Amino acid sequence: MSVARPLPHDAAPLHVTGAARYVDDIPTPAGTLHLAFGTSAVAAGRILSMDLDAVRHAPGVVAVLTHADLPRDCDVSPAAHDEPLLADGVVHYVGQAVFLVIAESHLAARHAARLGRVEIEAGTPILTIDEALEAGSHFEGGPITWSRGDTEAALAGAPRRISGVMEIGGQEHFYLEGQAALAFPQEGGDMVVHSSSQHPTEIQHKVAHALGIPMHGVRVEVRRMGGGFGGKESQGNALAVACAVAARLTGRACKMRYDRDDDMVITGKRHDFRIAYDVGFDDEGQILGIEFTQYARCGWSQDLSLPVADRAMLHSDNAYRIPAMRIASHRLKTNTQSATAFRGFGGPQGMLGIERVMDHLAHETGLDGAEIRRRNFYAEAEAETKVGTGPGHGHKFGAAHSPKARYSERENITHYGMEVTDFILGGLTDQLLASSDYAVRRAAVEDWNAHNSILKRGIAYAPVKFGISFTLTHLNQAGALVHVYQDGSIHLNHGGTEMGQGLFQKVAQVAASRFGVDPALVRITATDTGKVPNTSATAASSGSDLNGMAAKAACDTIRDRMAECLAELHQARVEEVVFANGEVRIGTTTLPFAEAVQLCYFNRVSLSATGFYKTPDISWNRVAGRGRPFFYFAYGAAVTEVVIDTLTGENRILRADIVHDAGASLNPALDIGQVEGAYVQGAGWLTTEELVWDDAGRLRTHAPSTYKIPACSDRPDIFNVALWDGPNRAETIYRSKAVGEPPLMLGISAFLALSDACAACGSGYPDLDAPATPERVLAAVTRARQA
Amino acid sequence: MASLPVSTTINSDDVEYLCHADESLLDVLRDRLGLMGAKEGCGTGDCGACSVIMDGRVVCSCLVLGAEAEGRNIETIEGMADGNTLHPLQQKFIEHAALQCGICTPGFLMAAKALLDTNPDPSEEEIRFWLAGNLCRCTGYDKIVRAVADAAIVMREERA
Repeated sequence: MSVARPLPHDAAPLHVTGAARYVDDIPTPAGTLHLAFGTSAVAAGRILSMDLDAVRHAPGVVAVLTHADLPRDCDVSPAAHDEPLLADGVVHYVGQAVFLVIAESHLAARHAARLGRVEIEAGTPILTIDEALEAGSHFEGGPITWSRGDTEAALAGAPRRISGVMEIGGQEHFYLEGQAALAFPQEGGDMVVHSSSQHPTEIQHKVAHALGIPMHGVRVEVRRMGGGFGGKESQGNALAVACAVAARLTGRACKMRYDRDDDMVITGKRHDFRIAYDVGFDDEGQILGIEFTQYARCGWSQDLSLPVADRAMLHSDNAYRIPAMRIASHRLKTNTQSATAFRGFGGPQGMLGIERVMDHLAHETGLDGAEIRRRNFYAEAEAETKVGTGPGHGHKFGAAHSPKARYSERENITHYGMEVTDFILGGLTDQLLASSDYAVRRAAVEDWNAHNSILKRGIAYAPVKFGISFTLTHLNQAGALVHVYQDGSIHLNHGGTEMGQGLFQKVAQVAASRFGVDPALVRITATDTGKVPNTSATAASSGSDLNGMAAKAACDTIRDRMAECLAELHQARVEEVVFANGEVRIGTTTLPFAEAVQLCYFNRVSLSATGFYKTPDISWNRVAGRGRPFFYFAYGAAVTEVVIDTLTGENRILRADIVHDAGASLNPALDIGQVEGAYVQGAGWLTTEELVWDDAGRLRTHAPSTYKIPACSDRPDIFNVALWDGPNRAETIYRSKAVGEPPLMLGISAFLALSDACAACGSGYPDLDAPATPERVLAAVTRARQA
Repeated sequence: MASLPVSTTINSDDVEYLCHADESLLDVLRDRLGLMGAKEGCGTGDCGACSVIMDGRVVCSCLVLGAEAEGRNIETIEGMADGNTLHPLQQKFIEHAALQCGICTPGFLMAAKALLDTNPDPSEEEIRFWLAGNLCRCTGYDKIVRAVADAAIVMREERA
């Protein structure tokens, strides 16, 4: 069976020969036009006048459009209808599109866009969290609060208490392929759009709206993206709509791609957060209650900020059972890029908040970081049979603090009321701490630090528990379309998009397994709104869970029809028809798959089917913060060791060890690739990747020259990644687990290791903020020494 | 703007083209010659997605003018395989799953080829620092380094 085999990415032979086509590589007809936005240089203000004569007369320019020239507002927001394609008289951030240039070449359009003179009456921009709070600039009118248990009483009654505040920076996606779209006008006013988008259906919806036609008049195709990471969930809307509007106007194909600097200035990023905490705990390091206040800087429009902020709240327990918790979440509207989806979707920030609490708690109690975390874990799934038989189940508390008594007082329930029934971090952590030689290395780090005053080392363990499902319940559905041709070859299509994660290969392996054939027989085709309609974004790590199940359903429909036909022809029972090893066995007869298909064709069996899937058992009330938003949890844990230079703050990751839970992996090679890449991306978020806005709201880090994502030289010297061997307890496709987002948060262990190294410099808590750039590391070293 | 005639060698073929004086080699390759393997990741020479080899040296084609190719020998990803036979680096990138979205892959392969052409037995550290000018946002680099090291072994064996 092809499922579970470590097959290469389906497009790997195309990638290594340079033959894989991205949007910008698609051959275009003669006369194709190119687009560029003229953007606002002011963060907040009213447009007084626009002098675009120089733009119109620049070489190669065909047309210039402003908001007034558009057929309608051409909204490009994902939900709130608050993002006109071009500024409607008011500008909200530096980089907002004000006018659109249509020209004969990409460079002609970009050059001309610089020639516009836009007079803006500048207002006072709201740029920071503090400014937004002062101005009362909230989405949803004010903070959202969820609460479970009596947090006030828990804090007041706790033997010990700490509090603190942490700043968490945002993150640029830095997909290597910038945003791009290409529109081909069709007869009768229809439009075909190629878009580098994680959400073809939304592109279709926005383009149809902009053109004033039904969705059936727009077909969107996405073969692949050069990276997405959430940055292409909503941020591609503007380019696709611009191309469609320009193509409608000119009757010519229109293409738009953002140059890297434009891309970074115009598009949204990961939300930066401030998280304040007040924690009550006992002498054993057991948390009794927490009060969190989360401040998210959302930017100028709502975009996906509400569900992002929700997910931050949903992950503020991470792996820990906390009897009483209250969270207030402020979704702040600022005059900056509209922060958007980014791998983890708020989860990483919420999780970093509680991991910071654990770090602070370990420092306060003098307990080892791994030990204090295990003491607070949710109960292991097999608690009924395994309690007291292995580490990580609370047996270390001793008789005076009987874990059984404690556990019976508190159910294994999250702060949003969902029971945790699949917790495996006890066992997973045991495996990781052993394989990473944690105890020995912790002692070695302490020994090193005792003998070295300039270079200090740090080591940290961090677990991840990440909820899988869209929190907007209706998005948890998917469709697939499968054709079996009379030569036995199979055409597979589904609603998921390929951005490098290997989704197409995984789903093809599912299809091949259902028919018992070699995956080479399955042709994976571009995501196409004309084949599978009403799809959800390929997001929330849900791609293979949803589309794998939908494809399975479609394949099984065809297989069952074939089985019925073949059984009748061979006087066998339907159950006796088996699809395996490229053959179909019907009782005592065996036919090659292609022959069986042909036989079915001659007997007039329909060899085409759609498949549909919706995730069962989930329900969620986001206003109350109650329900079962997740079908299951994905787990993982990492141990990272770092070294810092206490004179400069420079630092390096020396070693990272990871055990990650992908359930029964559909493809271990692809899944390990996801884990490695996510760890490095997560570590980058918290170390080198710093976004800097100046006082006027201009993003000053808008190219790789000033914004530092990890490079090959930053990779840990020793990097051990293993998959946890165990099936998903939830009934997912072949019992696999979603793997896109969860491992990003393993990078938190790198940040905690830096905190540990800083703490080795003195007795004070280093209070490290993220990203832990050399400057912040140096400041944290100073704080540790001053106490 | 006047066009300049350029005679050069690309993937062992003699090539002549006209280009503007301010046109980058990357734009010439993509827009005039239809060689779409080199990608524009940043346009400022910081990401390596447009890497090609010019007279044995890896260069960012976005920082080289099309006119500068005059009389030079250019190698691009399109010329890396020998017909249907993949170069050992290409083979190892597939085997080691050293790619995900794939858009940085042609640049990595060009840079790695330039390394192994001059240094057939690089240390792991040499590989990592040589490739530090090529950015990848997907893989975390581990599999890329392993693929290059493995390809170096194959290439040394082939030479021996």
